[in-house]
Amino acid sequence: MTTRALEAYVRHKKPRVAVIDLHGEINGFAEETLNNAYAEAETEQPDVILLNFANVDYINSTGIALIVTLLAKARKSHVRLYSCGLSEHYVEIFNITRLADFMSVFPDEASALADPAIATEGK
Amino acid sequence: MTTLLQSMKRIWPVRRASETVESRKPAERLRQVAPPIDIAPDDPIVAYFLSAPGAVEVEKLHLDSPALQALRAAGVTLAIPLVSQGELVGLLNLGPRLSEQDYSPDDRGLLNTLATQAAPAVRVAQLVREQQAEARTRERIEQEMRIARIIQQTLLPQELPQLDGWQLGAYYQPARAVGGDFYDFLQFDDGRLGLVIGDVTDKGVPAALVMATTRSMLRTAAQHGDSPGEVLERANNLLCPDIPPKMFVTCLYAILDPATGHLQYANAGHDLPYVSHNGASTELRATGMPLGLMPDMHYEEKEMDMAAGDTLLLYSDGLVEAHNPDRDMFSFPRLMSLVGKYGDSGALIEYLLNELRSFTGIGWEQEDDVTLVTLQHTGDGHMNNRTDANQTMDEGWRVLDTWPIPSAPGNERDAMRHVEATVRELGLPEKRIERLKTAVAEATMNAMEHGNQYREDVPVEVTVMSSAHQVAVRIRDSGGGQPVPTQSQTPDLEAKLAEEQTPRGWGLFLIRNLVDELRVSSDAHHHTVELIMSREEEDDDNQSA
Repeated sequence: MTTRALEAYVRHKKPRVAVIDLHGEINGFAEETLNNAYAEAETEQPDVILLNFANVDYINSTGIALIVTLLAKARKSHVRLYSCGLSEHYVEIFNITRLADFMSVFPDEASALADPAIATEGK
Repeated sequence: MTTLLQSMKRIWPVRRASETVESRKPAERLRQVAPPIDIAPDDPIVAYFLSAPGAVEVEKLHLDSPALQALRAAGVTLAIPLVSQGELVGLLNLGPRLSEQDYSPDDRGLLNTLATQAAPAVRVAQLVREQQAEARTRERIEQEMRIARIIQQTLLPQELPQLDGWQLGAYYQPARAVGGDFYDFLQFDDGRLGLVIGDVTDKGVPAALVMATTRSMLRTAAQHGDSPGEVLERANNLLCPDIPPKMFVTCLYAILDPATGHLQYANAGHDLPYVSHNGASTELRATGMPLGLMPDMHYEEKEMDMAAGDTLLLYSDGLVEAHNPDRDMFSFPRLMSLVGKYGDSGALIEYLLNELRSFTGIGWEQEDDVTLVTLQHTGDGHMNNRTDANQTMDEGWRVLDTWPIPSAPGNERDAMRHVEATVRELGLPEKRIERLKTAVAEATMNAMEHGNQYREDVPVEVTVMSSAHQVAVRIRDSGGGQPVPTQSQTPDLEAKLAEEQTPRGWGLFLIRNLVDELRVSSDAHHHTVELIMSREEEDDDNQSA
């Protein structure tokens, strides 16, 4: 087996914005890490949680299912889930799966944080 | 009861009524054992013993009972019923005392106590013996089923014939009590292909042996490429003298001319095949008696022309007679409707098995063999289901590499890396490489998980091939007869987000959206997925999806 375990780090940026930096692969092994990071991000009751995929090099269908689960959680608790740093291929995957219809996809963290919705809430 | 009585009598010395005490020495008398006595369940002595409070003096009984006569003939003077839970499980039979005195009240009391204690132990011994006998019977039946399964699987085609412009598929799943399903392909020198599907009545080894015989007779009868009706007629006449009583074989035989799509067929009482054509399905009717019932039967011959996109389905009754938990049958109308709805997207077997799984629900105990054979006119004449992946393929297909992947979670990454390294030399656009890698990962995961149950010692075989205009990756697992679960519908993301559906179920959907063509086929031993992608740059390669 040659997988790269997922690591996740949570940063609380701006008032009510949490960033989860993801490193590695999002597959079936990533469930606990991803859920723990999401729970940690929720502790300060953010309005927006940004998933930063800049250091993710592999997402498989099980990983897609994990992201769907996070998105379902976020919708339930009225948190907006954003994503950034996806490679062109995974942007395509997000479009094919229609994840992009339910979570804003930004090229990078800076552009995500500059989103008017976040900027407005941060003021 | 008989067995117990026999065993009990062996341990109690009794004297034969025909012999006199004086005629024997004491040591001989001690060795005397009464002969076995059978007591029929309806013998009136059974009711008497069940109601008797204890030891019974045989000489004082006045019953019209064969068993009583037998006891007297055996020299039994005192019988003590062994009763356990209201059931007579045996008798303690005694002859006259060696002292020639009557049995005393103390003797009777002792014997009654002994009988009370012995009866449950005897019953337990009987149950153990019955269970051992049942276990031996079960083991024998299991062994027979294993033999039947081996016979059938050995004789089923190990590979699917390759025909330009046609795609064959086959699926065979024996029931626990193996039935007599079979299918066969006969390739003639002139390029025509014979297709056979059949079902022998009965199950187990007898059905497997008749199946083997029928298969041989059909092959013999068909060797000159005669018409389907003539072949069935000849096979029927060969089979009739030898087939066991009350057994027969339903069988459909068709001959395809791949060059023209012309199909001739005759039917010996088998379920009618269906042809899917332009979103509708048609039954192929031809009349004829099953093989082996009576000689000199005539078999009606019919013919049709298969157009590009048409799919022929041959099947056995294990599919249409499958029951759901409400005991409804899958049924012919449902099957016909599904074949019509299905269209021509290339994986009818997989589609039908998914429908069958949905219909029967989880925990379905398969009642009969399920056999499906499909013949699809793809019309394109390119790659088919070759299994000799190390050879140069038809239509300019060339094997670039083939390697095994141990079936362990995460190993799809190795398949991705290997495929990427292999196709990069073909100059495939980057975007297409990424798509192919993801499709390969998903197909390999499915193969490792569903086909090989993540058994590391059972590898998934990955083969990369190329032609002038296309690249193909074939992923084969050992899940023949256990097809990979698939999701044929577009996942409903809204329902998943509302937690009304599982968040999973993206694999096949992704594959279908990432490659130009997906082909799936199964046989008794393998499940094969082929991912086909154009090598040429296309407009969307330079656009964001």
